[in-house]
Amino acid sequence: MANAPLLELRGITKRFPGVVANDHVDLELAKGEVHALLGENGAGKSTLMNILYGLYHPDEGQIRLNGKRIRIDSPRDAIDRGIGMVHQHFMLIPVMTVAENIVLATEPRKGPFLDLAGAEERVRELSTQYGLAVRPEAKVSSISVGMQQRAEILKALYRGAEVLILDEPTAVLTPQEASELFTIIRSLQEDGKSIIFISHKLNEVLEIADRITVLRQGKKIDTVPREGATREGLARLMVGREVVLRVEKPPAEPGETLLLVENLKVLDERGLEAVRDVSFDVKVGEIVGVAGVDGNGQSELIDALTGLRRPSEGRILVAGKNITTANARECLDVGVGHIPEDRQLRGLVLDFTLAENLALHDYEKEPSSKWGWLYPGRLVERAARLLKEFDVRGGRPQTLAAALSGGNQQKVVIAREVSRDPRILVAAQPTRGLDVGAIEFVHRRLVKERDEGRAILLVSFELEEILSLSDRILVVYEGRIVGEYEPGVTEEELGIAMTGGRERAA
Amino acid sequence: MTTEPLEPAPRGSAVTEWFSTRAGGILVPLAATVLAFLIGGLVVLITGHNPLSAYKAIFEGTGLNWFFPWVSGDAREAAANDLQQTLILMTPLVLTGIAVAFAFRCGLFNIGGQGQYWVGFIAALYVGTNFEGLSRPLHILLALLASIVAGGLWGGIAGLLKATVGAHEVITTIMLNWIAIFGGSYLVEIGGPLQGPTPSIPRSDTVFESAELWPIWGSLPSLHAGLFIALFALVVYYVLLNRTTLGYEVRAVGFSPEAARYGGISVARNYFLALAISGAFAGLAGSVDLLGFKSAVSTGDFSTNLIPFTGIAVALLGRNKAVGILFAALLFAALEVGTSTRQLDPEVFEPALATDLATMIQALVIFFVGAELLILYIWRARTLLRGRPVAQPELRQ
Repeated sequence: MANAPLLELRGITKRFPGVVANDHVDLELAKGEVHALLGENGAGKSTLMNILYGLYHPDEGQIRLNGKRIRIDSPRDAIDRGIGMVHQHFMLIPVMTVAENIVLATEPRKGPFLDLAGAEERVRELSTQYGLAVRPEAKVSSISVGMQQRAEILKALYRGAEVLILDEPTAVLTPQEASELFTIIRSLQEDGKSIIFISHKLNEVLEIADRITVLRQGKKIDTVPREGATREGLARLMVGREVVLRVEKPPAEPGETLLLVENLKVLDERGLEAVRDVSFDVKVGEIVGVAGVDGNGQSELIDALTGLRRPSEGRILVAGKNITTANARECLDVGVGHIPEDRQLRGLVLDFTLAENLALHDYEKEPSSKWGWLYPGRLVERAARLLKEFDVRGGRPQTLAAALSGGNQQKVVIAREVSRDPRILVAAQPTRGLDVGAIEFVHRRLVKERDEGRAILLVSFELEEILSLSDRILVVYEGRIVGEYEPGVTEEELGIAMTGGRERAA
Repeated sequence: MTTEPLEPAPRGSAVTEWFSTRAGGILVPLAATVLAFLIGGLVVLITGHNPLSAYKAIFEGTGLNWFFPWVSGDAREAAANDLQQTLILMTPLVLTGIAVAFAFRCGLFNIGGQGQYWVGFIAALYVGTNFEGLSRPLHILLALLASIVAGGLWGGIAGLLKATVGAHEVITTIMLNWIAIFGGSYLVEIGGPLQGPTPSIPRSDTVFESAELWPIWGSLPSLHAGLFIALFALVVYYVLLNRTTLGYEVRAVGFSPEAARYGGISVARNYFLALAISGAFAGLAGSVDLLGFKSAVSTGDFSTNLIPFTGIAVALLGRNKAVGILFAALLFAALEVGTSTRQLDPEVFEPALATDLATMIQALVIFFVGAELLILYIWRARTLLRGRPVAQPELRQ
C-alpha cells in the first residue's frame, strides 16, 4: 500500500452526552484495499462509519478524499462522492423486486415513464460482473438473507460506489454464504473498489482484510497489516488484556443418561414436520453440540424439549421422567434450563427490571413469593448477588433489562438459568451477537456447568463454537440427525454434512 | 424485533435518562394537557371571548378553588358545593380508569367498561331493591360484591373468548356493551321485571336506604363514601399489580407474551383473569354510582352514560399508574363539572359552548397523549438541532 490513500479520516472525534464514541480516530483507506475495522460492541466502529456515511457530523477532525478535505452532511453527499454503505439491518422493501429497490430514489426514466427494463439490465450487468448472482426481477421477500445482502451491495454499486462500507456483513450469513461473500469482496477488490469491513470476528478479519484497524472504547488502538497478525494478538488489542480463545476444558466424564429423546417428531407453525424422527441422548457431564444451518428444525426441537411446543410423536425423558407433553412450567420443574435463542424476544421481558427478570421462573415459589404475595425486596437482594456473581455490568437490580448491552443481557439470562441449578441446560445460540470478552465468559461458564454435573445441549450455527465446546456433535439437516461426530472432526466435514452433502453421497 | 444487537446507542447521560424514565411518566401527559388547554384557549379567542376569564370561570365552577385558603364566605360555600360534584363524578372515573388500565397492563384493550358498568349496576340494583331489613353495612357490602362479581363475569366472558378461541377483546367487549345496554333497558322497561312502582314510567325501584352509601359532605347531592371505595381501589390496583404473583404474570404477559410463555406463565389464563378483574372494577363503578347518588335507573340512562368511555381517557392520560389515574380522573371530572350549565356564569362564557369546549379539550388531551411520539419528536428535533443523536424510540409488539 505505498500509494497515497484514497480516503483519510483524521482525528475524528464524536461525543455523545456522557460518552466519547470516537476519540481522535485516524483511518486510511488505499484504493483497492480491504480494510477491516475491528472492535468489540460499543467500541465506536459503527459511529465512525456513520460519520463517514454522513449520518453523524463529527465534533472534530476531517475527512479527506483523494487528498482534498471534504464535508459529508448526509448519505446523499456520501453517495455522490462514491461512498456506499451496507447496513447490518437491510434497508430493502420486501414487496418490491430487487431492481425496484435498487433504483429507488434514483429511478431511471424514459420520458415520463420509469425505465424498469433498463434498470434491470444494468443491475444484471453489475451482478454478473462481480459474480453476485442476484436476479433483478426477484421479489425481495422471496430471496434469502444472503441474497438480500448482495442486493444491498448491488444498490451501492449501482449508485457508483467506489468505497463500500460493510457493517458486520457476516452476522446474518451461514458459513457458506459468508465464504461466497468473501469471493465477491475479492472480485470487487480486483476491480479497484475499496472496502471497509466492520467486524468483531477475528477469523474472518484475518481471512479477508489487507490491513486491520482496531478500535477500543472509541480510540484507535493500532493499524496492523494482515501479515503477521494473529488471533491472539488482535484479541489482545481489542479487549485490552489477554484473552483465552481456546476454551480450556478437561475431557468429559459422561455419567448416566439424563436426557433421552426417542423418535421425536415436531410440527412447525405451518403444520409441516420440522423435526423428523430424531433420537439422541445427553449424559451427565457432557456437552452435546447440535450443528446445522438455521431453519433445519433446531428451533422446533428446542421448543419441544422445553415444553413450548408439543411433539406430534415420540418421547422425551428427563432422568427417566416423561416430559413429552409437559408444559413450560413442568419442564422447568423437572430441571430443564433453557438459554433461549432470542434473548430479547424470549429470554427477557425487556420492560421488566433485572430483579424481575431474574425471577421469571420462580416468582411463584418461596422465597420470591408466598401465597401469591410477591416480595420485591427479596427479588432485588437476590438480583444484586447474581449480578455481581455473573459480572453483569451497566445495571443494578432496578434497571430495566432493555437498558443493558447484548452481552450483559445474555449474562442475566445465563445467571437466571444456571442459578436455578438445572439438571439439563439447553443452550441455543448462547453467544449470538456477543463480543470476544463476553463469548469467553459464556463458554467458560458452560464448561464449568458441565463439570458440575449438568447435561448440556448446545445448539449453534457457529461451527467454531460447536467444535470448541462439544464433547459430541450431532448434525441436523432438514429435521433429521444426519451424523454424529467426535470433536476432532474438521469444519469442512461438518459443513458438508450440514448442507445435506453426506446424505446425498450415502 | 431484530436479534443482532446494534452497536448500543450511547446512553447514560443524566438528561436522556431523566427524559426516558421521568419524562415518559409525567412530562408527556403534562405537555399533552397544557397543549390541549392552549389550543382550547385559542378556539375561545377565535370565537370572540377572553380565554383567561373563560378558563377562570370554568376553574371556579369546578370547586377546586375551595382549596385556596383566601376564598371565604359565600364563595367558599359555592366552591364546596362545586367540589362535591367534581368528586362525585371523579369516583366512577377512577374506577373505570382502573378497569381500563388493568387490562392495558396485560396488553388488552377493554372497551367494555360500559357493559361491565351496567351489569354491575343492575346486580347492585337487584340487591339494593331487595333484602329489606338487612343492616346497612351488610346490605351495602352485599350490593357492592354483587356488582364486582357481575362485572367480573361480564369481563370474564370476553376474557374466556380471548383465551380459548382468540376472539379479539375489542370486538367482543363492544358487543357485550350493547347486550348489557339493551338487556338493562329491557329489565326496567314498562312491564320489565325490574320496573318500579309507577306502571307508566320505565324506571326501576329505588334502592332501600339501607343500601345507600353514607353521605360524607354536603347535600346537593352529597359526596358519598364511594370516594373512599375508589381511593381504596387505587391502592388495591397498585398492590395487585406490583406486590402479587398475579400482577407479575399480568405485567409479564402485557410486556411480552412470548417471554412470559417461556417463563412458564399461561398467557391464556392471564388474558382471562385480566379481563375479569378489569370488569370487576368497572362493575364496582356502577354500584358506587347507584348506591352513592343515583338510587334508581331509567331506560334513558343506559345509552347516555359515557363514564366508562371517559375511563379510557383517564387510563391513557394517567399512564396506567395509580397516581396518574387519580389526577386524570380529577381533571376530567373537574372539566365536566366546571363547564356544566349549572356551574358556569353565562355572562362570561355560554355554558353550551363551554360543554363543547370541555369535550374538545378532552379529545385534544387524548390526541396528544396518543401522539406521544409527536411530543417525543418535538423533543428529539430540539436535541438533533443541537447535533446530538437520540436513541430511536423502539416500537414493540
